[in-house]
Amino acid sequence: MLLKLRDIRKSFPGADAPVPVLRGIDLDLDEGESMALTGESGSGKSTLLHLVGGLDRPDAGRLDLDGVEVTALDDSGRAALRRGTVGMVFQQFNLIPSLNVGDNIAFQARLAGRHDAAATAALAERLGLGPHLAKYPEQLSGGQQQRTAIARTLAARPRLVLADEPTGNLDEATAEAVLDTMLELVAETGAALLMVTHSTHHAARMGRRLHLRAGRIA
Amino acid sequence: MTRTVLWALLSHWRRALLQLFTLIAGLALATGLWSGVQAINAEARASYDVAAATLGEGRYARIEAASGGEIALADYVALRRAGWQVSPVVQGRLGEVRLVGIEPLTAPGGIGPGAEDADIAAFLSGVGQLFGRAEALDALPALDAERVVAPDVAPGTVLTDISVAQRLLERDGVDALLVAPEQPLGRADLAEIAPDLALRLAQDGSEIGRLTDSFHLNLTAFGLLCFAVGIFIVHGAVGLAFEQRRPVLRTMRALGVPLGRLVALMVAELTGIALVAGTIGVGLGWLLAASLLPDVAATLRGLYGAEVAGGLTFRPVWWLSGLGIAVLGTALAAGAALWRIATMPLLAAGGRRAWAMADARSARWQGALALGLIGVASALALWGDGLVAGFGTLGAGLVGAALALPLLLGAVLAAAARLARGALAQWFWADTRQQLPGLSLALMALLLAMAANIGVSTMVGSFRQTFTGFLDQRLAPELYIETADDAQARTVEAFLAPRVRSVLPLASVEIEVAGLPAELNLARPDPTYPENWRFLQSVETPWVRLAAREGVLINEQLSRRAGLGLGDAVSLGPRAELPVLGIYGDYGNPVGQVIVTEALFAELHPEIVPRRFGLRLDPDEVPRIRAALIAEGVAEAAITDQAALKRFSLQVFERTFAVTAALNVLTLAVAGFAILMSLLTLAALRLPQLAPVWALGLTRRRLAALEMLRAVLLAALTTLVALPVGLALAWVLLSVVNVAAFGWRLPMALFPAAYAQLGLFALLAAALAALWPAIRLARTPPAALLGVFASER
Ligand SMILES: Nc1ncnc2c1ncn2[C@@H]1O[C@H](COP(=O)(O)OP(=O)(O)OP(=O)(O)O)[C@@H](O)[C@H]1O
Ligand SMILES: [Mg+2]
Repeated sequence: MLLKLRDIRKSFPGADAPVPVLRGIDLDLDEGESMALTGESGSGKSTLLHLVGGLDRPDAGRLDLDGVEVTALDDSGRAALRRGTVGMVFQQFNLIPSLNVGDNIAFQARLAGRHDAAATAALAERLGLGPHLAKYPEQLSGGQQQRTAIARTLAARPRLVLADEPTGNLDEATAEAVLDTMLELVAETGAALLMVTHSTHHAARMGRRLHLRAGRIA
Repeated sequence: MTRTVLWALLSHWRRALLQLFTLIAGLALATGLWSGVQAINAEARASYDVAAATLGEGRYARIEAASGGEIALADYVALRRAGWQVSPVVQGRLGEVRLVGIEPLTAPGGIGPGAEDADIAAFLSGVGQLFGRAEALDALPALDAERVVAPDVAPGTVLTDISVAQRLLERDGVDALLVAPEQPLGRADLAEIAPDLALRLAQDGSEIGRLTDSFHLNLTAFGLLCFAVGIFIVHGAVGLAFEQRRPVLRTMRALGVPLGRLVALMVAELTGIALVAGTIGVGLGWLLAASLLPDVAATLRGLYGAEVAGGLTFRPVWWLSGLGIAVLGTALAAGAALWRIATMPLLAAGGRRAWAMADARSARWQGALALGLIGVASALALWGDGLVAGFGTLGAGLVGAALALPLLLGAVLAAAARLARGALAQWFWADTRQQLPGLSLALMALLLAMAANIGVSTMVGSFRQTFTGFLDQRLAPELYIETADDAQARTVEAFLAPRVRSVLPLASVEIEVAGLPAELNLARPDPTYPENWRFLQSVETPWVRLAAREGVLINEQLSRRAGLGLGDAVSLGPRAELPVLGIYGDYGNPVGQVIVTEALFAELHPEIVPRRFGLRLDPDEVPRIRAALIAEGVAEAAITDQAALKRFSLQVFERTFAVTAALNVLTLAVAGFAILMSLLTLAALRLPQLAPVWALGLTRRRLAALEMLRAVLLAALTTLVALPVGLALAWVLLSVVNVAAFGWRLPMALFPAAYAQLGLFALLAAALAALWPAIRLARTPPAALLGVFASER
């Protein structure tokens, strides 16, 4: 099992009492699997993704990723996890504005120590970014920026790809194309994919679906 | 990983060249001004140390003839016989150079040329070795004496054996006897052995030391002020750079860069920038010092008689300290920003925080701190004592005022917004208020620079006004003459009496008043005095009562030091206990002074025949009388034209302030630069705020004009605040620092025209600084403004 969540709980400080957002989540995800995470706005999808990616820690419960007990890791351990094991694609593209597209794509692979210039170039080519490698993020359209972010994640060849509404800012046709490429590439590398989406249509293309309601899996 | 992260961090600067330039320029300017001032100080101090080591000036007690002039050989011999450990000194000028002759065998320790090849035998042989710096030796006329370069000798001075000095100066006598600190007990009193001689005690923290110290303290204060203004710029640039990089840093951390590594790399990045800027700054400081040092040297020589070399020596210490201060300044400026980055939560609630937007709590803190500092400044001004308290007042007051400025401006703008009618006006005021946090550092820098400028121009103006008046009072006689000896003094006075309107004899003798050294002067009853002299305080008709021997006049220095007021008794001897009739300003004189009427002076010191005279005569008569005096045998050099003397004295004071004025202009320039850089860096952040207004129908040209108006308006408000701060600064400089340093208080004069000019200059600087960003805004392509809406995700 690549990812295993047991009774994960998380609440945020509220006006007077803590507001529970996740109230005991159990989840298993194997290599090569893809899973859609749906739920209405505010149901805690991003929160869950952040916990899995080691960006935040749960209040209770246990989370294992690739044989490592993430909930027991300290700050630097979780940083190493984000560098080496997980790849994240955010709703905001979160590119580094001062680096060109080529350097942005290579950034995480370099951090992870897995940079392979030829593979990266091939990846960029497949995502249609070949002509734009020397440009800066601000010179790209929204779809191109999101494809750059996806390329950055996949170039580092993570075991688990976490995507938070990666196509939320794109028009329908672009979103479809981006999603296609992402699914293809994830399948090729044998990684697992956990993707938050509002679109039932996109959710239907994933292997499994998980719906969050009132902090639990419905 | 380190390389990747560093590369990504550094890539920021490539896109933000202006920011990088601001950062480096601000830091370099700050370091330059600071280290330039330090260089000047270090150079001057090194010169005094050398001077002190060469001559023991002020370090040893000296015996001199009470009436000035030479010491008789018989007196010297008698003193040695009585067991006094004294060593003779001869001083004189050979051209530009001061020649000092000492007796190496008897001179107290630590006095001598200190050159490695100074061999005592040769020194004593009478062949005559001359020790001095190369420049001084070169300036000597042709002499039959061997020249030895000795860098430890004071600048402009050549040291030699006393017999050689006497031969070269064509003199037989001795000018003074240095008194060794260790003296045998039970030796006879000086008054018994040689009643004509007077003992001058060693001055710990000699007058020169104290005066020059205050000068250096002044310079250091300005150096610090400039540095503070520069650090404000750096703080702004670093804060902005970090704020802009926040999202990127968050992304990097999300991608797995450990926080510790990130912070360490940012520290390394900043240190690198600081070292580059520091190196440039120290270079700038070198240039500044090299161009100001000749003026400083001239000032110190003219004003305090301290010899300072006009050239700059390479001192690794201040290179290092310059780099150190650059790094320290960067740490100071970047500390808060780094701390915020280090404690920044990985998952922020999103949305870019307005740059440096102070929240209500930190505004309250800032207000409390400002009030506290102003309170400390007031307390120090009221109850503090001495130079340190004076500078403490300055520092606390200035920083307090700077911190209070944004709050004051915020209040004014809020009031204006409430009074505004019309949508555009309301938007303008609200928007200006929102801009304030981003501009407040530059405005604080402007406030400091303006306040310093107002303060110093008030001080310089007051000084000049007082001093010109003082010169008119003191240098009323048209001619001054100095006769060679008592006999000539008598004949010349008799010769002059029928030929000029009046002859005013001048003489002074060292006395002690209330345990303090002072000089006793005489005044002949003459209309010149009541016509020209102005008193700080006096009884009715002081000159009439002085002539009637009903009292004495004292200078302000003595009044302050000895705590003597009008009517207090001054003891001038067993039978002469007289009240103070008047207190006069005596600017630039380090010593206390007492004036008595001529007859009383003659009674107290019958041995002294006045040898100097001030002559009152028709100015047209000056050339004729001058020629007649020369014919009578008075040396040409001993006749001084009042106008020339006045000119020289004024020059000395002008030079004193040339340095401060130069620093002043630089400070204002730095502040103008700060405004420009803040506006330019803000311009990018401004677009999202301006785009909606543009979209609602305001032309870009109109927006640009409003931006200019805003900058000028803020500068105008800052100038208004700077005026009282500057005047307070001047008051402290004149009434606290000057009194502590020099012993006299300068009356403060106001110069509204100068302030108006400075204000206009500040507005002009702000308008110029705003011009470029405004033009850029007016030319911003609509696409860029539209981009604001596109990128709102
Ligand atoms: N840092 C935080 N502090 C306080 N409350 C938070 C924080 N982050 C999230 N929340 C709250 O937790 C709840 C879940 O937020 P989350 O972002 O996970 O929702 P989501 O399911 O991703 O919604 P959306 O579909 O709109 O993105 C929300 O009510 C949100 O207000
Ligand atoms: Mg979400």
